[in-house]
Amino acid sequence: MLKQAIEKLGNRTIQGVWRMGFAMRFFVTILLHSGTAFRRFGLTTRELYFSGVLSLIIILVSGLFVGMVLGLQGYETLQTYGAEESLGILVALSLVRELGPVVAALLFASRAGSAITAEIGLMKATEQLSAMEMMAIDPVARVVAPRFWAGVISMPLLAALFSAMGIFGGYLVGVKLIGVDEGAFWSQMQNAVDFERDILNGVIKSVVFGVAITAIALFEGYDAPPTAEGVSGATTRTVVTSSLVVLALDFVLTAFMFRGIG
Amino acid sequence: MQNDNLVEIEQLAFGYGARPILKNINLTAKRGQVVAIMGSSGCGKTTLLRLIGGQLKPGQGVVRVAGEAVGELDQAGLYRLRRKMGMLFQFGALFTDMSVFDNVAFQLREHTDLPEDAIRDLVLMKLHAVGLRGAAQLMPAELSGGMARRVALARAIALDPMLVLYDEPFAGLDPISLGVTGNLIRRLTDTLGLTSIVVTHDIHESLKIVDYIYFISDGVIVAEGTADEMSASGLPFVHQFVHGEADGPVPFHYPAPPYADDLRLGGQGA
Amino acid sequence: MNKTVLDLWVGLFVIAGIAALLFLALRVGSMNAVNSSDSYEVVARFENIGGLKPRAPVKSAGVVVGRVADIQFDNKTYEAAVTLRLDKRYAFPKDSSAAIMTSGLLGEQYVGLEAGGDSSKLKEKDRILITQDAVVLENLIGRFLYGKAQEGAPK
Repeated sequence: MLKQAIEKLGNRTIQGVWRMGFAMRFFVTILLHSGTAFRRFGLTTRELYFSGVLSLIIILVSGLFVGMVLGLQGYETLQTYGAEESLGILVALSLVRELGPVVAALLFASRAGSAITAEIGLMKATEQLSAMEMMAIDPVARVVAPRFWAGVISMPLLAALFSAMGIFGGYLVGVKLIGVDEGAFWSQMQNAVDFERDILNGVIKSVVFGVAITAIALFEGYDAPPTAEGVSGATTRTVVTSSLVVLALDFVLTAFMFRGIG
Repeated sequence: MQNDNLVEIEQLAFGYGARPILKNINLTAKRGQVVAIMGSSGCGKTTLLRLIGGQLKPGQGVVRVAGEAVGELDQAGLYRLRRKMGMLFQFGALFTDMSVFDNVAFQLREHTDLPEDAIRDLVLMKLHAVGLRGAAQLMPAELSGGMARRVALARAIALDPMLVLYDEPFAGLDPISLGVTGNLIRRLTDTLGLTSIVVTHDIHESLKIVDYIYFISDGVIVAEGTADEMSASGLPFVHQFVHGEADGPVPFHYPAPPYADDLRLGGQGA
Repeated sequence: MNKTVLDLWVGLFVIAGIAALLFLALRVGSMNAVNSSDSYEVVARFENIGGLKPRAPVKSAGVVVGRVADIQFDNKTYEAAVTLRLDKRYAFPKDSSAAIMTSGLLGEQYVGLEAGGDSSKLKEKDRILITQDAVVLENLIGRFLYGKAQEGAPK
């Protein structure tokens, strides 16, 4: 019994490693075939619409609410130390450094990532990708690569919009609703938020997340078994895997970036 | 080099790992012919089409199209060859995010530099040939199965290929669509001077339009001949196939232990 | 989806995204950090810099006039050499003093510049001669205890 269990575990591990190798090769293939995505930028623009523009609503609304909650909760806690005027700093740093890139990435993974996986999976199941191959058109260059670059471009823009909306939300709650001093809110924030350290790092994070999420979504779709359960399983896997990868990468990047300068 | 055979397959063998699917296939298709490949489900017919189209590489043997060995071509060569081939997939495989017109125009736009006017004329011509010129602005989701397949056929012949491969073109169609599709395959082959290789198990339609038939069973060609020869054939497998008999060389019962044992009639009774 | 409408939306999206980035960079962050074209550097030596980090502010009269550019250890004098990058708009007398201060009680540390009385001003690569080290808590407590002990001893 135990022998069987160990064998099974060994098999699963080997399969997992094999799959990861295949995924890496796929990723490199996407990069190598990206020429078309840029030469015919119309293809990428189209995907930018489907990944980016259609994610705007959820990103903006979520950003607003997260910012408002930060404002409320932050005020609660800061009040006990008499530090209400630092509310601006709290809201801005939390959003720009962490919440903006990470939450926007998670939302992007569930909305756009799953859509990409389902679309590619279905195209594979209905033999559309095969048909393209038989028409001497490389499906990776024509279908996969534009979606990849659209995701990579969208992600930092969405994260920035999330952070901006969040800060606005924090401003609404803190200054307009609760009554923190408006001048203190903005000036303290400006003093504490550093362009290179906070904002640029946040942008780098969101680009890395964009690469990870889109690559995972595309791979899962391309690799999905051509059945209904296959595609639905792949969609779920995309959301779960990319969310976990985003959180893990966040830790790694944060450790590198904010290890304490000096 | 004016060989009459467009497609030559010699001693082809192919399998997945330890499981052989095709064991020794020898097949030719002459220019201008409609060749049918038949056999029961799962015998490797679609795999054979994929081998001809270069999507799979042979384990052993050679597949030659227009004198070139498909299995040995590099990516560029393969793409060059495919531009002269068309393939009709089982359920059409139309691009669902584009209209019928754009589907047929796809290859023209990707592979040629023709201006939009010329493309428009060509697309309408191809659609007219399959009888769907009026449906040009519909989306694939709005088409019936038979219509989708006709559009896919128009798409397959968009670049005037020399070879068209059909994967089960008759599967799941109503009698009228069956007749239309069969008719189209024959007519297009004759008027455009193509070669058509049709993988199917529809005996009735195929016998009407086909020039030569190959029967595959268990990975090898068990019978071949013209349509008339096959209808009159006495070979057990061919006979069972042509006449749709329930039992014969292809058994009715899936391999199982003896019936009596399964019902436990011989021992542990109540 | 009409192609031109699609392009319009994508264009708007990209513009909005870049606008958000600019908003963050300019209005939220302090992108008006002093950069090398309109600044000059001076050096100050300290025996103990405490918790001073690069990019810490340099303030005079409470106003930010520059940033700490670099902190190096001088192996010959065993002192810390702190490079201060000051805004060119503000010139300080040659005998100005630099002290390491803490913002608030336990906040982050910064360099406080107090102007001297000399008529000639600090130039690029000059040295600030009068410096005051950071207050290290342990030393403070040690001195306090020592002082208390001294008070109690001669009886």
